[in-house]
Amino acid sequence: MSEVAVQNPIEKKPLIGKKERKLLTDPLSDNNPVTIQVLGICSSLAVTTQMKPTMVMALSVTAVVALSNFVISLMRNAIPPRIRIIVQLTVVSVLVILVDQALKAYMYDISKQLSVFVGLIITNCIVMGRLEAYAMGNKPFPSLLDGLGNGFGYGFVILTVAFFRELLGSGKIFGFKVIPDAMYEAGYVNNGLMMIPAGALFVVACFIWIQRSFAKHLEEKE
Amino acid sequence: MASKGNSATIVFALVVTTLSAALLAAAATLLKPAQDENILKEKQQNILSLVGLNGPDDYKKFDALVQSMVIDQDGQIVPGAAAMSLDLALEKKLSTKDPKYKVRYPMYVYKDPKGRTTYLLQTSGVGLWGPIWGYLALDEDGNTLRSAIFDHKGETPGLGAEINTDAFEHQFINKKVLNDQGQFVSVKVEKGKHDASMPHAVDAISGGTITSNGVSKMLEEDLASYLKYIRQQAPQTSPL
Repeated sequence: MSEVAVQNPIEKKPLIGKKERKLLTDPLSDNNPVTIQVLGICSSLAVTTQMKPTMVMALSVTAVVALSNFVISLMRNAIPPRIRIIVQLTVVSVLVILVDQALKAYMYDISKQLSVFVGLIITNCIVMGRLEAYAMGNKPFPSLLDGLGNGFGYGFVILTVAFFRELLGSGKIFGFKVIPDAMYEAGYVNNGLMMIPAGALFVVACFIWIQRSFAKHLEEKE
Repeated sequence: MASKGNSATIVFALVVTTLSAALLAAAATLLKPAQDENILKEKQQNILSLVGLNGPDDYKKFDALVQSMVIDQDGQIVPGAAAMSLDLALEKKLSTKDPKYKVRYPMYVYKDPKGRTTYLLQTSGVGLWGPIWGYLALDEDGNTLRSAIFDHKGETPGLGAEINTDAFEHQFINKKVLNDQGQFVSVKVEKGKHDASMPHAVDAISGGTITSNGVSKMLEEDLASYLKYIRQQAPQTSPL
């Protein structure tokens, strides 16, 4: 899937060397799971009307990708090839259920807002994509970093989308009113489009547009 | 990844599934008390919000604010039963299996500072995909609904799931459950446009007909039972 994925990190290096740093930072821009690999779009439309639940969703996905990458990488030489996908799915499901249960116990309101989408992390292509592309062929520590990097890359995009959707859709950021009442009295209205999933598509599209205009090397060659 | 025999594959699968199951069972057991507390807190907050008590800590004073009791479907008080832990959905399920089973209903009585009583009622039914439920505030006249809250387990978003929106719930404010002759007619969720001149009906949800019918049905069943008790308390409003 990515160029980095097939190379093994060189041993006898400091804990976070150049390669490792690249694992963490690459998915933030040049190999972003949402805007470049175009994975996990579904949940980035669904949970991004407000920043607070989006933040929790980003952290949940990061935890699941990083830990499942780590666990699968630990087991990668023991997993029988014929049941490889099912074993991956089992590990991912266990982690997702743990996250869901923990949210229900400690962040009940947000877990109600996220509703089914926490459970649907199982189907988020980023998770299985990283397991297949990276964790199955790399050591546990780089896999953990790869998972963290991709989780952050996903979180960065959905938080940016949520920022614009909450600001333009309800005039708030993290639930705090930022657009003064005077503006509303002067005739300003919240953009209803931002409250529906289609609004997220526009924001994601603008994000990709801006990103590619800055980083020309990402454009597909004709 | 060398290819392995069937037995190795089966053993590996067994080990992975057993470990996963043990981990999940442990997590579920450990987190259960905290989850139950959240559910209880939400229920108490829902009930209190019916009478406008929306403070973040109001639920801690729940027992002081309202008087809890349990009545059965004939309107008789069931002594010694705990209202908060009563599972109305289960009670109604038991009664469909055994016609002689008497459904027990939790009820909360709130007296505002001016001494006016409001009955806080619970209702439970089925929508299209699963359980739906609600909380109702009925005035002491045993006739006027003061507010209503509904919720659901898994109705379709944008369709049946709309029952938990303010737009749907606010329609119930000041609706009457008795007709001019004092007979119980409930409040129906119907297709069409409804306004204040139609005290016994509210607008149904387009595309959510089965959920809407479910709301109608549960209101009719449960209000009838509650009214048997409430009418004993307020005989002047009950010509029957």
